[in-house]
Amino acid sequence: MEYMLLVYSDSQAFEALSESQKSEGLAAYGAYHTALEKAGVLRHSNRLRPADMATTVRLQSGKTQVHNGPFAETREQLGGYFLIDVADLDAALSWAARCPGASHGTVEVRPIWAMGAR
Amino acid sequence: MSAEAARAAEAAARRSYGKLIAFLAARTRDVAGAEDALSEAFAAALTDWPRHGVPRAPDAWLLTVARRKMIDAARQRRLGEGAAEHLQWLAELAADELDEPVVPDERLGLLFACAHPAIEPGVRAPLMLQAVLGFDAATIASAFLVAPATMAQRLVRAKAKIRQAGISLEVPAHAALRERLDAVLEAVYAAYGEGWADPEGTDARRRNLADEAIWLGRLLASLLPDEGEALGLLSLMLHTHARRAARRNEQGDYVPLAEQDTALWDAALIDEAEALLTRANRCDGIGRYRLEAAVQSAHAVRRRGGRTDWAAIEQLYDALCVLTASPVAALNRAVALAETQGAAAGLAALDALASDTRLADYQPYWAARAELLARSGAHDSALQAYAQAIGLERDAAVRQFLQRRAAAMVNPGS
Repeated sequence: MEYMLLVYSDSQAFEALSESQKSEGLAAYGAYHTALEKAGVLRHSNRLRPADMATTVRLQSGKTQVHNGPFAETREQLGGYFLIDVADLDAALSWAARCPGASHGTVEVRPIWAMGAR
Repeated sequence: MSAEAARAAEAAARRSYGKLIAFLAARTRDVAGAEDALSEAFAAALTDWPRHGVPRAPDAWLLTVARRKMIDAARQRRLGEGAAEHLQWLAELAADELDEPVVPDERLGLLFACAHPAIEPGVRAPLMLQAVLGFDAATIASAFLVAPATMAQRLVRAKAKIRQAGISLEVPAHAALRERLDAVLEAVYAAYGEGWADPEGTDARRRNLADEAIWLGRLLASLLPDEGEALGLLSLMLHTHARRAARRNEQGDYVPLAEQDTALWDAALIDEAEALLTRANRCDGIGRYRLEAAVQSAHAVRRRGGRTDWAAIEQLYDALCVLTASPVAALNRAVALAETQGAAAGLAALDALASDTRLADYQPYWAARAELLARSGAHDSALQAYAQAIGLERDAAVRQFLQRRAAAMVNPGS
């Protein structure tokens, strides 16, 4: 089954780290990425630019509304994702716990709901 | 008064929860029903005791009320399967008025039911934590890294199985006891392992889990004083537990066993663990927990300025490999071999395990491999193994430790 691991974290806290702490943190993500690949469970993954780079669009009464910033103003913002394919939720949770994001933020595990599936 | 009553109810819950559940469920095999009835009895205590005072025998009071609740509940479901038989049991239970205000201890039978072969192995430890210790499903789910709804469902199913399949809550007879005891010990150790996996001790409920597993270990050791493996498991857990304060330095960094400050080890716990191991070794046979406790004992000699007895550890892991065929024992044997015969011998032993798929995602395998490769100067392969270990680690402090170890190998001066 496919699961999306959504990593929520405080990007300002990351910016406040020292350079060596930052590179250590990024290297940990690199190692996690490689471990997912080696286990043959990784479908896709990416990080996202910080939430202040976000632009939101919606149509209200037929008019477009464009805003600077993320959809919801919260301290922890979506910072990246890992799309994995594993046997079941238990396996997905076990990978989520290994994600460095689970230590410095929160990892949300969501099953993929394929188009056309019930 | 109300605060005192609440404290008394809490104390009774803590002291007697499992005893009361075991007694209530012993004949009906209805663990879920016993839990519901007991929680209603606790609720009743919280309204009754502040008004009428804490009864002289709180446990017996709770038992009487819970029993009544169980009978009421059974009457309401009268038409359900096996209702007649169930009511018969409850009638016996009610007639069985206690002369003494002491609830008989039938927890051992409950532990055996929780670890019955018909119960799925993964749910045995969670079931014990709930039925004997009263942990809620959400706390257990967090500890075992399972979704709370899934854990709740598994527990409900396991309790239904006990009732519907007629799993006995009696302690098995001698011949079967030893065979079934393994499963009980394994579940207790699994609970301990999950509690231990919170090394920062930041999660109070989780830290509690390791303590509670030790409590179960003490219960088993006291109820089965001649079972070497029960004593061995308790010794093993106490040895490990004695070192809990030494696993982190003041900055919160991870400290590996070999570098731990032995002054931070809990001497009283180690003494107790050693005494248990001595007693265990006087019992019949040989077993996994006695051997593992002996390994910990060989590490513990460091506290009196001694050196870790790696030769003994290697032999103990040899025996464990033969006894259990566990890949983790083989991994630990390779680590010991690296100490007695050098990194190359350790690496050769690890190579022999490389095709074991059970170790592919097992962090300690990669960490050991990285360490031995680094020691033998194979830096590129070591870096790859470090990366794999880092990618598989859950604990941020251990992750950082491995990253620094890898960095120190590349730049020894920095």
